[in-house]
Amino acid sequence: MSQAFRLGSGGRIDRSASLRFRFDGQSFQGHPGDTLASALLANGVHLVGRSFKYHRPRGIMTAGSEEPNALVQLAPAKARTEPNVRATVVELKNGLVAESQNRWPSLGFDLGQLNDVLSPLFPAGFYYKTFMWPKAFWERVYEPRIRAIAGLGVAPAKPDPDRYLHRHAHCDVLVVGGGPAGIAAALEAGRSGKRVILVDEQAELGGGLLALPDAAVEGLDELAALPEVRVLTRTTCTGYYDHNYLVMLERVTDHLAEPDPDLPRQRLWRVRAGEVVLATGALERPLVFRGNDRPGVMLASAARAYVNRWAVRLGSRAVVFTNNDTAYAAAFDLHRAGIEVGCIVDVRPEPKGKLVAEARELGIRIRAGSVVTGTEGPLRVNQAVVAPLDQAGGIGGYLGTVEPCDLLLVSGGWNPNVGLFSQARGRLRFDDALAAFVTGDASLPREQRLRSVGGAAGDFSGFDAPPTPLLPIWAVPSDRRGKAFVDFQNDVTAKDLGLALTEGLRSIEHVKRFTTTGMGTDQGKTSNVNALAIVAETLAKPVAEVGTTTFRPPYVPVTFGALVGHSRGDLFDVERRTAMHDLAVARGAVFEDVGNWKRAWYFPKPGEDMHAAVVRETRQVREAGGILDASTLGKIDVQGRDARTFLNRVYTNAWSKLAPGMCRYGLMLRDDGMVYDDGVTACLDDRHFHMTTTTGGAPRVLAWLEDLLQTEWPELEVYLTSVTEQWATMAVNGPLAREILAPLVEDCDLAAEAFPHMAWRAARIAGVQGRIFRISFTGELAFEVNVPADQGAAVLAAILEVAEPRGVTLYGTETMHVLRAEKGFIIVGQETDGTTTPIDLGMDWIVAKKKGDFIGKRGLERPDLVAGDRKQLVGLLTKDQKTVLVEGAQVVATPTGRVPWPMLGHVTSAYASPNAGRPIALALVAGGHARHGQTLWVPMPGKRPIPVEITAPVFFDPENKRLHG
Amino acid sequence: MRYSIINVLKQGLAGQKGWQAAWRDATPKPQYDVVIVGGGGHGLATAYYLAKLHGITNVAVLEKGWIGSGNTGRNTTIVRSNYLLPGNEPFYEHSLKLWEGMSRDLNFNVMFSQRGVLNLCHSDAQRDAYARRGNAMLMMGADAELLDADQVRRMVRGLDFQNPRFPITGGLLQRRGGTARHDAVAWGYARAASELGVDIIQNCEVTGFVRDDDRITAVETSRGRIAAGKVGLAVAGHSSLLAEMAGIRLPIESHVLQAFVSEGLKPWIDTVVTFGAGHFYISQSDKGGLVFGGDIDGYASYAQRGNLPVVEHVAAGAVALFPALGRVRLLRSWGGVMDMTPDGSPIIGKLPIGNLYMTGGWCYGGFKATPASGWCLAHTIANDAPHALNEAMSLERFARGRAIDERGAGPRPNLH
Repeated sequence: MSQAFRLGSGGRIDRSASLRFRFDGQSFQGHPGDTLASALLANGVHLVGRSFKYHRPRGIMTAGSEEPNALVQLAPAKARTEPNVRATVVELKNGLVAESQNRWPSLGFDLGQLNDVLSPLFPAGFYYKTFMWPKAFWERVYEPRIRAIAGLGVAPAKPDPDRYLHRHAHCDVLVVGGGPAGIAAALEAGRSGKRVILVDEQAELGGGLLALPDAAVEGLDELAALPEVRVLTRTTCTGYYDHNYLVMLERVTDHLAEPDPDLPRQRLWRVRAGEVVLATGALERPLVFRGNDRPGVMLASAARAYVNRWAVRLGSRAVVFTNNDTAYAAAFDLHRAGIEVGCIVDVRPEPKGKLVAEARELGIRIRAGSVVTGTEGPLRVNQAVVAPLDQAGGIGGYLGTVEPCDLLLVSGGWNPNVGLFSQARGRLRFDDALAAFVTGDASLPREQRLRSVGGAAGDFSGFDAPPTPLLPIWAVPSDRRGKAFVDFQNDVTAKDLGLALTEGLRSIEHVKRFTTTGMGTDQGKTSNVNALAIVAETLAKPVAEVGTTTFRPPYVPVTFGALVGHSRGDLFDVERRTAMHDLAVARGAVFEDVGNWKRAWYFPKPGEDMHAAVVRETRQVREAGGILDASTLGKIDVQGRDARTFLNRVYTNAWSKLAPGMCRYGLMLRDDGMVYDDGVTACLDDRHFHMTTTTGGAPRVLAWLEDLLQTEWPELEVYLTSVTEQWATMAVNGPLAREILAPLVEDCDLAAEAFPHMAWRAARIAGVQGRIFRISFTGELAFEVNVPADQGAAVLAAILEVAEPRGVTLYGTETMHVLRAEKGFIIVGQETDGTTTPIDLGMDWIVAKKKGDFIGKRGLERPDLVAGDRKQLVGLLTKDQKTVLVEGAQVVATPTGRVPWPMLGHVTSAYASPNAGRPIALALVAGGHARHGQTLWVPMPGKRPIPVEITAPVFFDPENKRLHG
Repeated sequence: MRYSIINVLKQGLAGQKGWQAAWRDATPKPQYDVVIVGGGGHGLATAYYLAKLHGITNVAVLEKGWIGSGNTGRNTTIVRSNYLLPGNEPFYEHSLKLWEGMSRDLNFNVMFSQRGVLNLCHSDAQRDAYARRGNAMLMMGADAELLDADQVRRMVRGLDFQNPRFPITGGLLQRRGGTARHDAVAWGYARAASELGVDIIQNCEVTGFVRDDDRITAVETSRGRIAAGKVGLAVAGHSSLLAEMAGIRLPIESHVLQAFVSEGLKPWIDTVVTFGAGHFYISQSDKGGLVFGGDIDGYASYAQRGNLPVVEHVAAGAVALFPALGRVRLLRSWGGVMDMTPDGSPIIGKLPIGNLYMTGGWCYGGFKATPASGWCLAHTIANDAPHALNEAMSLERFARGRAIDERGAGPRPNLH
C-alpha cells in the first residue's frame, strides 16, 4: 500500500512523478517536493527513532531544521553515509535509503527501552555519584558500557568521496531568511540598485507561507529580474562573526539522486555584508507535559505544514493543545482536510476573538482553561488526558477525561529565531507578552550593522493567527507519574531540571551542564526557553534574571567537509618541490619532508640501503666531490637605505664593514637570547643584500622580520622580498669542486686568490647568468651556484655531465647532516631547541661585544643565562668505538640510577662517520664545556647504559685545511 | 549525603527527594584567613587542599559568575603528563597521580578515564624529538611508549597513514593519560571543600585590593569588602587584569582558544589523538561527541569566542587525519581565554606583594594541571614558600632567564 495517508489533492508536491525510497528496509513511495519526513508520514510512518538515553519511541515533531527527534542515518554502510540527519530537512530523492538510529534489535522492539523502566535509578547526573568502586571498574566495566550505548548515528568508515568548495562574496545587503519579511527586504534593497544576497534554508522561497493552504509567494518574479539580487536556496546561514562577516552553507547536490560530478556537494560561503537583515522567522515551542514525546505529538505549525504543503493526512482524530491563537489556524486546516479535530485544549480560561467563533462555527469543541495532563500509547499516541486548571494553576486532584486521538498538536508560543542575532553579540530581552526572548537592537556593537524583521524581530503581524494573547504555562501539571520532556533529544525532563536545582546547581549554565539540556544536535532550539522558564518558576525568579544560554555557532551543524573545502588530501598542506626535483627522482632519490619541502634524503645505488648509500656519499664528497640541492634554504632579498642597520639589529655579529662581493654567516636570536635561525648573507651592494635562512625557518623568519620592520622599527627604510623560489641553488663541494665548475663558468675566476672563501661573484654558469657563493657547510672547498629557478635543472645536468665521470656524486640531506656533524656545524632545530644560546653552542665568537644593540643582547645578559650549569654543546664518542647513539637519548652521570634519574643532557645528533672512522655524536650537556675528557653514560630503555667520552664537537679536519683548498 | 550506589538506589526509590545541594551557596563573611579569587577548578582545588592538607578552613572562594564558568568548563578535557623538561614533568606527573585518585578522594565521579594520549609523528626529526621526550619522561618516573606505524594502526581506526605531507610514522603514547568530565571537577572540588568548611561565594566579582604597605588587607568585591589574611589568585585567562588591580604587571597575554564538538556518534576514537604537525587534537566523549581543538586564534582577546579561520584550519587538520570525517558534522564551537606566558609554562607561587599568591599562566594546558595546581598553591600559601614541585614555576624566572620553554618558541606568548 503506497502513500495511504496522502490527501486526495493539494500540496506543493509533484503527483505526476513517484520516488521510491527505503526506511529500515521497507520500501515506500513519495513525490518530488516531499521531505523524507513528509513522505514517511504520507505512508503512515510516525515512529522514526529512539531517544538518546531512555530509548523512548520518537516521531516527527517539527517540519524544519529545529527537529530534535527524527534523526536518521542516510545510506547506511556506504561511503556516502551520513549520521544524525534530520528527516525533516532531507529532500526526498529516488533510491534514498534511510535507517533509524540508536535501537536494537529493531525500532519497534528496542531492548534499550529497559532504560526507561529503570530510569528512576538514573536521573540527570547520577553518574557523578556512583561507579567509583572498585576503582578499576570505571574504566574496565562501567565506562565502556556507557560509551557503547551512547552516541547516535554511525560515522562513515571510508574517506568522504565528495568535493566541497568555498566562496567569498561581498554585498550591500544580506537578507537571511526567504519568508515574506525577507523577500520584502530583498525587494526593497534590490530596487534601489544595491547588491543583495537573499538566502533561505529551504528548497524554495516562502518560509512560513509555504505551510498555508493554497500558498502564494509574491514578489519572486520581480526578485529574479533584479540584476544585483542573488538568491541562494538550500543555504543556511550558520555563523555571524565580527564586522558583518557571515558564513553560509549551501547544499548543492544533496537533493540529487546521483551526485553531479561537476558540482561540489556543498559550498561554504563567506560573506562580508554592508548590512544584514535577519528575517529568520520564529520557531514554535512545544509544551512540557507527561508523555509529550510520543510519536503523533507534533508542533501545531508543523502539522499545518504537513497537511497543507505536503498533503499528508496526519491522523484520523487530532487533539490540539495550545496557550495561544496560532494553533487554531492549524486546527481549522486539519478540519478542512478531513481530519477530525476532537477538541482544542486551551490553557487560557476565556479565549476570545474571531478564531474562537470560527472554531464554534466549524463545530470544534474548545476546552478552555484546561491542559493535557498526559498521553498514552505504546508506539504512537492513542489518547490524551485533559483536565481543567484550578485557581492555583494545578489540576486539583482531578483525574481528567480521556480524549482518544492519534495526533496531538501542541503550541506553547513562539520564539523569535534570534540565534544569529545573539551570535552577532546582540543582547536579548525577555518579552512578557510573547513569553519569549526578543532582540534589543540598540545593544549591538557598532561594527555589526544589522536589523531584524518579521518574526525574528518579534513582529507577528504577518501571521494569519498571531500568537498573542498568550498565557504561558511551563511545567504542565501531571495526572500521574511519568516523564515530561524539556529537551527531547537528550531526554531531559522537567524533573531533571528540578533535581539540578535541588543539588545546588542554580545557574542556568550549571543546570544545562548537569542535565545536558539544550546540548543536542538541535542546540536547544525547541527546549531552551522552556528550560529557562521552568528553572525561573522553580526558583521563583523572573525569567530575565535567570538569563539565557549562549547561542554559539554554527546555527545548524556543518559538515567538516564544507569547512575544509579544498584543504584536504594533496592540498591540505601543499608540498613544495625544487627545480631539480625531477632530476633527483630520475636518479632514484629517496625524499624526506623538511618543512613543506620534499628534499632528496639520499641517492641509493641498486642494492644499497640508506646506511650504505650515506656511507658511500659521505666518502665520495670528501674524496672527490658532491653536489647538494640547497634550493630549499630560505632566501630573502633585503634592500633599502637602512639595510645594514637592519642586519646589525637582527644578527648578533657586525655587518657595517661587509664589502660588496663578500658574504658572512649570521646568527639570529630572539629577544630572550635564544638561537632563532642562521644563514649566510651576501652584500650585493651597499643597500642590497641577499639573506639566506634555514629551510624550515624561512616563512617564520620573513614574517618576523616584517613584523619588526612594521611595528618596532618603522623608521627603517628596508624592503624584504622572499626570493626562495626564484633561485635554484646547488652546492658543489669537495676537492674537485673548482675543477668541475671551471669549464662551465664564464666571467669569473675561481682561483683561490681571486675568489676567496666567503666571497660571491656574478657569473655565467653553463651559459646561464647567476651567482656563485664560496661558502661551505661540509668543511670542503665549496661553491654554491645560484641560477634562476627555471634554469636549475639544466644547469645541474650540465654540472653532472662534467662531475660524474670524475667520481663526484649527488648527495642528499642525510649525508649533508653527517658531513656537517663531522665538522661540528650546528643545525638550528637539531642542536638547538629554542632554549639554546650562542654561548651554549660555543659560538661566543659570533656575538659582537662592541657593536650597538641587537635582538637578544639584553636577554643574554640575564643572570641565569650566563650560569655555568646550562646545557652546552659537546661531542660524544662511544667508548667501544662502534655503537651509534640514538638521537633523543638522555645523558646521565652514572651508569646506574633510580627513577627519577637526574638528566645532564641529551643527544642531538648521532651518526656513523666513515670519515672519522667511528661513530660520532653531538649533545647538549649541562656544564659540557668544562667536561671534555669526562666519561658519562647514555641509558637506553631495556638495555645497559652506554659509556661515552665528552669531547670537542669537531671530528674531522679541525684545522680547516680543506676549506681553503 | 555520601555519593554511593546504595544512595543512588535508595533515592531512586524515594523519588530523588533526599539529595542536598552539592555545596553551600555561601554569603561572604567579613573576614577570612585565606581568600581565593576564582572559582574554577584551580581555585576550588586550592581551597580544598588548604582545608584538607593544611588545616586552614576559614577560606573563601570568590567567583564572579558561576563556578567552573571559565576555562574549567570550556576545555577539551585532556589529562596527561607527557612533558619534557625537569621544571615541568614532576609537577604534571604529581598531577596525574592526583587525578588517578580524585573520584574517590572527592567522593564525586569525575569520570577520569585513562584511555591514553597518543602524539603522532610524521618525520624522522619529529620521532627524534618524541624519543627525547619519552626518554625524559621515563627517567622522571612517568610512562611513555614510542610506537611504530603498525602499533598506531592497531590502536586507532580510520587514520590516514598516506597523507602526502604527514604520513604517520609512529607516535609517542602515554597510556596513563586520558580525559575527565570537566564540569565535574569543579563541582567535585566545590562539594568536598564546602564540606570541610570552605565558603564558595558565587556572583561575587573582585573589583580591587586594599593594600597596607606590602600587604593586602582586604579585597573589594561586588558584594562588599572582605578582609583577608592571605590572597590567592586562580583566575587564568584574566590573571593579568587581577594582578594589575594589585599593581603588578604580569608577563602574560590573554588569547582566545576555540574548542569544538561534533554531533554524537557511536564509539569510534578510543584514545586521545594529537596531530601536532597539523595543529589538531581529538578524543571522543562518553556521550559520543568528538571533542577537538587546535591552536589559539592568534590575536589578544578577552572574548570567550573565536573566529572562522581557525575553525576551518582545525577542521582541515581533522579531515587530514581522519578522511572519513568529511561527512560528520561540527555541532558547536566555543572559545576560552588563555593566559599565555613568555615560555608556555605556568606561574605558581608568590607575587611581589607579601601575602599575595597566584596560579595562572596556564596557556592552554590548565585543565590537566588542576589538582596539582591547587595542591601546590595551597602548599605555597600555607607555608609562604613554594613546594619543590612548583619552585621552578616562579614569576622571577623570566627576569633571571630560567624559562621553562617546552616548545622552544621563546618569549612571544602567542607562539606557545
